[in-house]
Amino acid sequence: MNIEQQDFHTQAILSMAALVGLTSFLMLGQGRLLRLIFVFAMQGFLLTLTAALAAYSLNNPHLYISAVLTLVLKVIFIPWMLRREVIQMKAHRDIEALHNKTTVMLGGASLMVFSYYVLHPIVQTTSPVMLNALAVSLSVVLLGMLLMISHRQAVAHVVGFMSIENGLFFAAIVATKGMPMVVELGVAFDVLVAAVLFGIFFLHIRTSIDSLDVDRLNRLHEVDK
Amino acid sequence: MNWLIAILQTLLFVVMAPLLAGWLKCCKCHLQNRKAPSLLQPYRDLIKLTRKQPVVSEQASWLFIKAPYIIFSATLMAASVVPLIAIDLPTSASADVIVMVGFFAFARFFLALAGLDIGTAFGGMGSSREMTISSLAEPAMLMAVFTLTMTASTTNLSFAISHVVNDGLVLRPSFVFALFALILVAIAETGRIPIDNPATHLELTMIHEAMILEYSGRHLALIEWASQLKLMLYGVLIANIFFPWGIAESFTAEALGYGLLAIMGKLALLAVVLAVSETLFAKMRLFRVQEFLSFAYLLGLLGMLSHIILEASR
Repeated sequence: MNIEQQDFHTQAILSMAALVGLTSFLMLGQGRLLRLIFVFAMQGFLLTLTAALAAYSLNNPHLYISAVLTLVLKVIFIPWMLRREVIQMKAHRDIEALHNKTTVMLGGASLMVFSYYVLHPIVQTTSPVMLNALAVSLSVVLLGMLLMISHRQAVAHVVGFMSIENGLFFAAIVATKGMPMVVELGVAFDVLVAAVLFGIFFLHIRTSIDSLDVDRLNRLHEVDK
Repeated sequence: MNWLIAILQTLLFVVMAPLLAGWLKCCKCHLQNRKAPSLLQPYRDLIKLTRKQPVVSEQASWLFIKAPYIIFSATLMAASVVPLIAIDLPTSASADVIVMVGFFAFARFFLALAGLDIGTAFGGMGSSREMTISSLAEPAMLMAVFTLTMTASTTNLSFAISHVVNDGLVLRPSFVFALFALILVAIAETGRIPIDNPATHLELTMIHEAMILEYSGRHLALIEWASQLKLMLYGVLIANIFFPWGIAESFTAEALGYGLLAIMGKLALLAVVLAVSETLFAKMRLFRVQEFLSFAYLLGLLGMLSHIILEASR
């Protein structure tokens, strides 16, 4: 089935899928923490739009609630909190020099191909077009992991973790027409608690090694090698 | 009749290119709180330059004198391939988008040779930089273009555009990526901020200006005109591929007039966007250009991927 024959909502949701994938790539290549957080908020906003669109097109009112939850948590609260922490720790002027950025980006592109390849059998047997977007959400999850591996700042790790959660949420919207409300509320609060806990971790890392660069944690050996 | 319209359209390209440059400058001046020159200033500059006697170094070979004519005519040929106000013209039916990229490469080759020919340090430096950038920009551009051609299943611009027009308003994820990729490539290829600053002659940063530093008189006028033409070509490509609505599909006077108005409106809008981005961003270090262009390539690649993943039939 070609995209021309889909209805407008499906086209819109597929475009959203593409844009969510794009924000993941933008995060992967971003060395400045404040911009990273901004792109993360953009991804949250795209998720909100997708949830609202799905709620409208599937006539499924409880998805509106999860859209509002996403908006409040992932677009406003968590980015605001991360931003405040970054500014408090005076890390917002640091530019992280990413090692071999081009390799990481190309690795990201191949992860996207890989996730499509992995999901290909599923997509073929079940056939609704919405499942196509599953490939994108899996690649968002993998790109979030790659973000955590390639960056050294603790804040970037947190953003990577949250974007993994974004990928799962996107998969839930497009594939299962929304998880049960209990699960969604649970996940939302988990993320909230995680964000608060990460704030405390930042503080501890900061006080013990005077930086948020996690590579320095390797130097904390008792005995010098 | 068709050939007449095709020739008129190419002439329109040539005539309108300085106007677009003037409008762009006007927008930039207003944004930066400066007094803007008249919209017709680029025409006056071109006339002034053609009247002046060109000064050519004794060391220059024939290549140096011939290069401006070759560059201008290659850009003109590229312009004849791109549909401006109407599709289904004989010129655009006879050549496809890969030929157009080839014409650009041809013009660039001679510009780089002319930069080297005179033997000054700046010319060689500019040529080397230009070739570095274009070797990175060309694959990205082809990647973006292939996304379009895969959707339309043709590499011919005119057929591809009519395919997009006939489908009506379809939200294609791959086009979003291809649009951004093509915008980045256009910025790099036409030498705008953040890759190159067309308004300065600062030796550390200049690329395009370094190659044409030795030119004067009518030679300089031709090269300037060709680069204005190139800017307009990229603008028309972006406007007509991704937002083709309004382009004339029949050759009646009404449809053609409407097509002309539509493309002028679209280009004016694009120039405003470009002026805003040039005001907001600073020029990039030369060694970060490859990151910029590899990002453009990545976008093109993602466009193709999302065409295969999200849109293709199965």
